Amino acid sequence: MSRGSSSAGRLSRVSPDLVPHLLRLAGGDGPVTVLKDTKVLVLRVGELVVKAHPAGADEKALRARLAVRLPGLMLAPLKIDRVGDRLVSVWPAGIPLTPDDLEEPPWEAGGRLLARLHAQPVPPGLPAMGGQDRVHRAVAPLEEGHVIRQAYRTLDLAPRGNRLVHGDWHLGQLVRFPSGWLLIDPDDLGYGEQVWDLARPAAWYASGLVSGAEWERFLGAYLAEGGTAVTPEDPWRELDGPARALTVQLAAIAVTTARREGNTLDEAAEALVSSCERILATPPTS
Amino acid sequence: MQCPKCRGNMRTFDRNGVHIEQCDNCRGIFLDYGELETLSRMENQWNQQHYAPPPAPGPAWGGGHHGGHHYGHHRRSWVNALFSS
Repeated sequence: MSRGSSSAGRLSRVSPDLVPHLLRLAGGDGPVTVLKDTKVLVLRVGELVVKAHPAGADEKALRARLAVRLPGLMLAPLKIDRVGDRLVSVWPAGIPLTPDDLEEPPWEAGGRLLARLHAQPVPPGLPAMGGQDRVHRAVAPLEEGHVIRQAYRTLDLAPRGNRLVHGDWHLGQLVRFPSGWLLIDPDDLGYGEQVWDLARPAAWYASGLVSGAEWERFLGAYLAEGGTAVTPEDPWRELDGPARALTVQLAAIAVTTARREGNTLDEAAEALVSSCERILATPPTS
Repeated sequence: MQCPKCRGNMRTFDRNGVHIEQCDNCRGIFLDYGELETLSRMENQWNQQHYAPPPAPGPAWGGGHHGGHHYGHHRRSWVNALFSS
């Protein structure tokens, strides 16, 4: 693809004006691939990945997160710049996921990396993790009275804890490098309740989207690596609340996406919405 | 036999195969060798039958493990959701 051509903007539906700037900041040569085109724009350019962070992000907080260095645990940016009101970061590209990775996700690598992240002290200047804000933002487009909104009102989203938390962990936050797997995306990194990082897989498991065997592989690897976010004998004591919150968040995003694209709910979305109905019918015990 | 404490008369009872001697005077109870262990064993058996089971491996509101499972053959259609925000 030729640099600076008038067609470059067509790579992005959401932020076409940003594309030439991102290509310029990435420098270098190589094929251009759009990895994400939502509130963030992420392009792969040759051996680099360039990310435009969301407009209106808290710049001080984001810069503090991008400044965190956790070698062997989390990928660090090569460069941070700004285009208009948006921060842009440039990263080394990892080895792309294969269909085998989707079929057989790296649950153990995820569990181990999170346990090791959770053993680190909170770097100075880091803000609170962004997990709860993601839940608030996810349900905002839904009308009052929707079952997901009703389930949302039963959640306890008070910020707690003061330990290091990734804040938005899912399997896509694992990237393979020649040296091994690393965590990526510090945009929600901060201090808080570490069990939050286990809550999304817990929500998938609770809704039947991953099997008990997969959930055990993930949680088992986390505990074996010394992870302390849950009680090994009764992990759902800590997981229950955050897993409810992530179920609501995931259901809200699934419904909003299906509506925007004019699609019916797929079976994953249906399962998450059913879980919201049960969350509503099953108040927390503590 | 005589009660070792108050010298009262002791009577033999049979409770679920356990012989016990009880004093008519002070109501004290005497157990033969091995009978305390038998009682403990029976108590444990009763507890296992009647106490609540250990916590379920999942939340009370979980659905997938009571109803339909969604993973497996059809997962490719939505597996990308596991890899994205």
